[in-house]
Amino acid sequence: MSKEYDVAVVGGGLLGSAIAWGIGRLGKKVVVLDEGDIAKRASRANFALVWVQSKGLGMPAYTGWTVRASETWGKLAAELKDQTGLDVALQQNGGFHLTLGENEFAQRAQLVTRMHNQVGAADYKMEMLSASEVRRMLPLIGPEVSGGSFSPLDGHVNSLRTFRAFHTGLKLFGVDYFPERPVSAITRSGGEFRLSTSQGEIRAGKVVLSAGNANQTLAPMVGLSAPMGPTRGQIVVTERTMPFLPHPLTTIRQTDEGTVMIGDSKEDQLDDRTLNHAVNAVMADRAQRMFPHLARLNVVRTWAGIRVMPRDGFPIYDQSASAPGAFVTCCHSGVTLASNHAFEIARMVVAGALEPELVGAFSARRFDANRAATGSGYY
Amino acid sequence: MFKRSAQDDRRPVHIVVDGVAVEAREGDTVSAALLASGRDVRRATAVSGAPRLPYCMMGVCFDCLVTIDGVGNRQGCLVPVAEGMQIDIQKGKREIGR
Repeated sequence: MSKEYDVAVVGGGLLGSAIAWGIGRLGKKVVVLDEGDIAKRASRANFALVWVQSKGLGMPAYTGWTVRASETWGKLAAELKDQTGLDVALQQNGGFHLTLGENEFAQRAQLVTRMHNQVGAADYKMEMLSASEVRRMLPLIGPEVSGGSFSPLDGHVNSLRTFRAFHTGLKLFGVDYFPERPVSAITRSGGEFRLSTSQGEIRAGKVVLSAGNANQTLAPMVGLSAPMGPTRGQIVVTERTMPFLPHPLTTIRQTDEGTVMIGDSKEDQLDDRTLNHAVNAVMADRAQRMFPHLARLNVVRTWAGIRVMPRDGFPIYDQSASAPGAFVTCCHSGVTLASNHAFEIARMVVAGALEPELVGAFSARRFDANRAATGSGYY
Repeated sequence: MFKRSAQDDRRPVHIVVDGVAVEAREGDTVSAALLASGRDVRRATAVSGAPRLPYCMMGVCFDCLVTIDGVGNRQGCLVPVAEGMQIDIQKGKREIGR
């Protein structure tokens, strides 16, 4: 197989799909080269938050980038609905991080203060609320809830439907999506890239690496680097119940169809084929201390997934100096940032250059300085 | 729709369905008792609200979900009836606290 494309996007998860959709939307000829069903996909482990609060400690630019994504998610949801008829159930009426006991409350309050004191970060109105203030908005909280932080910009979405909408949209834009095509080599000659796959070679004018943790091996093929690694997370889902949670939490959210998702573990053990029941027990216990009535619900599904984590927690967007037209994109928050990827990154790829004023801070060159940067890309 | 066999001489068990007394038989599952009651025992599904009756009768399809003694989303086809059991046909999602 040998065919001309304007852009080849490597990776068909939420990140690659959003970028490919955005480039297809601009009328370019795009191919998405994806792995198969058993790939370790971060898109399978997402918690579906469109989340702003507490992001960007240590990198103010990330706060601004996240706020921008939050502000344009509505436009993305509307365009996907218009194009595909699929409602991704975006809800952005503010979200909570609840605390149990006084120590957690004090720690969270300290984080909020540090965020407020950070110079140059966009304001997203994150504030601490007392237990009684929280109870006015979430009447079913339990007695152990000491309060929490709230940001009016936070929200969530149906991420499965978002993923489906992107892929439906890709087809409508005429984008070629090829599964079972892991890329083994990328070379550049005669002004175009040649991507070797198990089922033939693909040629494209530009290449975008959006392959999650596989970016670590792909990026050096085009003179880029992607310092990142996998983390593991577990998610617990209950049976459907009447709506009780009008706002999403960092660790609990109720989907538009009534199930309750409990999540947000971060583990170093990287085998995603087994469950760590002790971790699930802690997550379920904390959930039912926050909302005692959850203890009555049956769990219908639980699974472990591998997520993506750039070394300092913040996204990486970079372009190759030695192989012009090659880009690398890595991020942990592929749901939150989907609108930026579909609109901003796609536009920059088509134009041929990342815009320093928007994404200059996210170059992987920041790792060259050997700073021991361990930030708060992820709350 | 369903009729008890004339040879069925099992002992009666008295249950309450949506506040109305219903006679079941010892050894009936909740779903069997509901289907045999002659009442409209269709539940409403959690998302679309479509009407449903018990279907597979062997614990697989979850179309028999029902509130039993105040606990929602029980599989009626897997629970034997008991004297005085309170059954409510579940309309939609499991209620908070049930």
